[in-house]
Amino acid sequence: MQAVALSKQVTSEGAPLTILDRLDLSVYPGESVAVLGASGSGKSTLLGLLAGLDEPSGGKVLLDGADLFALDEDGRAELRGRLVGFVFQSFQLLPALTALENVMLPLELSGAANARAEAAAALERVGLAQRHSHYPRELSGGEQQRVAIARAFVVNPRVLLADEPTGNLDSATGERIIDLLFGLNEEHGATLILVTHDEQLARRCRRRLLLQAGALA
Amino acid sequence: MNLFALSLRMLRREWRAGELRVLAAALVIAVASVTSVGFFTDRVGRALAQQANMLLGADLAVISDHPLDAAMEREALRRGLRTAQTLSFPSMVVRDGHAQLAEIKAVSADYPLRGQLRIARRPFVPDQASSGVPQPGAAWLDERLFAQLDARPGAYLEVGKRRLAAAAVLTQEPDRASVVFNIAPRLMMNLADIPATALIQAGSRATYRLLVAGEPRAVEAYRAWAAARLKRGERLEGVADARPEIRAALTRAERFLGLAALTSVVLAAVAVVMAARRFMARHLDSCAVMRCLGARQWLIFRLYLIQFFLLGLAASAVGCVLGYAGQMVLAERLGSLIAAPLPQPSPLPAVLGILTGMATLLGFSLPFLHRLKQVPALRVLRRDLGSVGRVGVAGFALGLAAVAGLVLWQAGDVKLGGYVLGGLSAAILLAALLALLLIRILSGLRRQAASAWRYGLANIVRRAGGSVAQVTAFSLGMLVLLLLTVVRGDLMQSWQSTLPPDAPNRFVINIQPDQLQPLREFFRARRLAVPAIYPMVRGRLLATNGRPVAPENYSDERAQRLVEREFNLSWAQRLPGDNQIVAGKWWIRRDEAQLSVEEGIANTLGIKLGDRLSYDVGGTVFSAPVTSLRKVDWDSFRVNFFVIASPGLLENFPASYITSFHLPAGQAALLDEMVRRFPNLTVIDVAAVMDQVRAIMDRVAGTVQFVFLFAWLMGFTVLFAAIAATHDERVYEAAILRTLGATRRQLLVGLFAEFAGIGALSGLVAALGAGGTGYLLSTKLLHLPYAFDYGLLPTGILAGAAAVGVAGVAGCHGVLRRPPLQTIRNNG
Repeated sequence: MQAVALSKQVTSEGAPLTILDRLDLSVYPGESVAVLGASGSGKSTLLGLLAGLDEPSGGKVLLDGADLFALDEDGRAELRGRLVGFVFQSFQLLPALTALENVMLPLELSGAANARAEAAAALERVGLAQRHSHYPRELSGGEQQRVAIARAFVVNPRVLLADEPTGNLDSATGERIIDLLFGLNEEHGATLILVTHDEQLARRCRRRLLLQAGALA
Repeated sequence: MNLFALSLRMLRREWRAGELRVLAAALVIAVASVTSVGFFTDRVGRALAQQANMLLGADLAVISDHPLDAAMEREALRRGLRTAQTLSFPSMVVRDGHAQLAEIKAVSADYPLRGQLRIARRPFVPDQASSGVPQPGAAWLDERLFAQLDARPGAYLEVGKRRLAAAAVLTQEPDRASVVFNIAPRLMMNLADIPATALIQAGSRATYRLLVAGEPRAVEAYRAWAAARLKRGERLEGVADARPEIRAALTRAERFLGLAALTSVVLAAVAVVMAARRFMARHLDSCAVMRCLGARQWLIFRLYLIQFFLLGLAASAVGCVLGYAGQMVLAERLGSLIAAPLPQPSPLPAVLGILTGMATLLGFSLPFLHRLKQVPALRVLRRDLGSVGRVGVAGFALGLAAVAGLVLWQAGDVKLGGYVLGGLSAAILLAALLALLLIRILSGLRRQAASAWRYGLANIVRRAGGSVAQVTAFSLGMLVLLLLTVVRGDLMQSWQSTLPPDAPNRFVINIQPDQLQPLREFFRARRLAVPAIYPMVRGRLLATNGRPVAPENYSDERAQRLVEREFNLSWAQRLPGDNQIVAGKWWIRRDEAQLSVEEGIANTLGIKLGDRLSYDVGGTVFSAPVTSLRKVDWDSFRVNFFVIASPGLLENFPASYITSFHLPAGQAALLDEMVRRFPNLTVIDVAAVMDQVRAIMDRVAGTVQFVFLFAWLMGFTVLFAAIAATHDERVYEAAILRTLGATRRQLLVGLFAEFAGIGALSGLVAALGAGGTGYLLSTKLLHLPYAFDYGLLPTGILAGAAAVGVAGVAGCHGVLRRPPLQTIRNNG
């Protein structure tokens, strides 16, 4: 994954505000990178752009050789579905679906044939074999994040993007979630880009980058 | 991926979570409302289509207001058709000196040619098909007449001068006029007994029917033959056009009940908009996640579209089932419109009901579903992106067009449909404006209230938009219910109070010239004021100014009817007491034949002062100019005539006489005595007629009330939609208030204050609306003095406050159950 001269400007109270300023970043296959930075430093904006969730003011992002922003919104969605997995701070499970159905969702969206079996296997890997038919509100925070991790890995993503994955969890639970995340990442050989302000968590990554005033320090 | 299976799964889950219940309820009620009317009118329509010949008692009927030429029947028999004859007229029936008005029907031996008569040995026992008609000397009475005469089977009755034995109870008669519109009960007798009654004389009002049945081609050929020979006052009714009065009633019921039912659909649209908006707000996150997981925009749209489609189908189907149950209530109230048992309905009303439900749901939720697909995926990181926003009126163009289309289609007439759409929009707008004004006033008043109440009332003001929608929805349903109960009673009373206490309450018709003197003496001997007795000659309007008059010359339905039937003409030397000349002069030249016409009928028929009218009386034609127009006070219950001739013009024609008088209470025996003395007289009791009219009005009003009950229920759906829309906000507020030390009771009082306030405002708007409509009806349509019923206000306000207050608090029970900390954390 590669970002070239990536810029993002917004207008705030009438004045232009630069969030990312011609940022260059290359992440190699299988590498784990932590992006650190204070609140408001542009971490989440960078993650959003790397995932093609947002459009930059300038520059480009190459994912598996494809220029993300040369594609339209639906084209990017299709690419995301195939290559990218997400883990969010607030889990982002669909409340209307059970744990199993949540994990099945990306498989179903990409038209996989045996979604149910694969999702069940993924849930087993995160230790939730007994929780298939539970709805998100019936699960603890740690369990919800495990479902989210199972959902992220079930499509065998080339890139895993994680946004403060332990931000909503107590430290003991957070520790176990991180172990799980790194363990699975290793197993799948995926590229991990992790956004956090937690130094300890960042230290588990091979490379640490500090984002300051829209640029990598 | 299997989109359908995923949609179905999500739909099941959303349903269990209660997300879609308000939407479903709105559709169920709207579809139930529309289909209950649809199923009922469909059943009556099918009865007419499938059983037309039963309802006619024949394949073809020649109907006339005078005896038919014998050639009519001879020709039918010559063509190998079967025939029967009937003769119907009102007359008194006397038993043991007690007289009762009845609709007499005399029938020939082969009656009916289609369908069957059913009789029972005595009242209230199972009936059976009869193999013939009453034998000469016998009569069959319906249960009502048995009861009114206090007679048992076998009792002897007098009909005119003929004595008949009450042989059986008549329970079913195929071509009977609808029970709903029958003023008097039925007595059926043999046609051969008629001459002996001496009741049918010159000027008697009677209906003659020649019934014909047989091979269809022969019937058609006979119809063509007879149609070419019909005289004035004669008409044909065949299978295709049988029972025009039932058809007309059916068309009206279809139109007006159908339009009334659409009120629920309009209110359902409000509930759908509220519920769909909330659905969208709660699914923004899910859509963003799905976009993040690779879902394309159209896929998301289709996913939710399928869910809504399935929901719409299921809810509409449930609505159809409830509508089927509802039509039984309508059939029970109005089914006696038709004497035949009603067949099962066709599936068409269900199809239309489902289409209505789907159009309402999709028309008003698509704009929100469309918004869902546009949710930016970045919302997973930044929750401030992709909020609900506003959907303008243009966004609902599809839904609004669907509703307008339904109204126009149901009205069956662009003009009427336009009026209804305009009226409904004006009513909604007016109610909304009034609600807004009242909420403004409330905003000032709430400072006076105690704290929990103040908090509740403040919520009404703060959520003004939602409050206006709720008040409008409730008040429309309540307005109609108040109108049909309180205001209707008021109008009836107001009309009755305009009648003087000694207004005539009995009409006597069929008085023969030789009975005038004895009748006057009869009154005199009993120390009663001798009433004025008026001569009456029946004549048919042939031409005005030499131009022949025919029903097809008039577009107005009433004018067509008036021209078709015979007029009651009278003559008088002096202008009757309660008449007033509005144009011309009363008998300008005493030696010249002249006519005076009532101004209303003159308007209807386009008759002007100076026009020369030609009348046919029993085959003799006379003509005379109109020299005056009169205004008549019909409410006086005195005898009045549309057309009065100057003396000397009509005296030589066969006439009968008519009078009206006030019979003081407790003197009913006098009537029995009168009928015993003069058996041919027919006495019509105004009070009995009024009771019958009131009974009909009660039935019709009850039916309309039933249809508007759905609209009122829809008010609750809008309420629950509004509660659901503000649920999260309420939970959060309740948590804050509890943290600040509010007790559960205080929170409950606050909630009750809010909803009771909404209900009271709705009741107030409804009461004002019902009062205003009552005023318009009273002064513009009925020309009665109108006194605003102040009871309307407390009735509307209290009923509204109680019903909505309780329902609202019940709808919010979940708000008080969550521990405050959990709520604050989740929202924080």
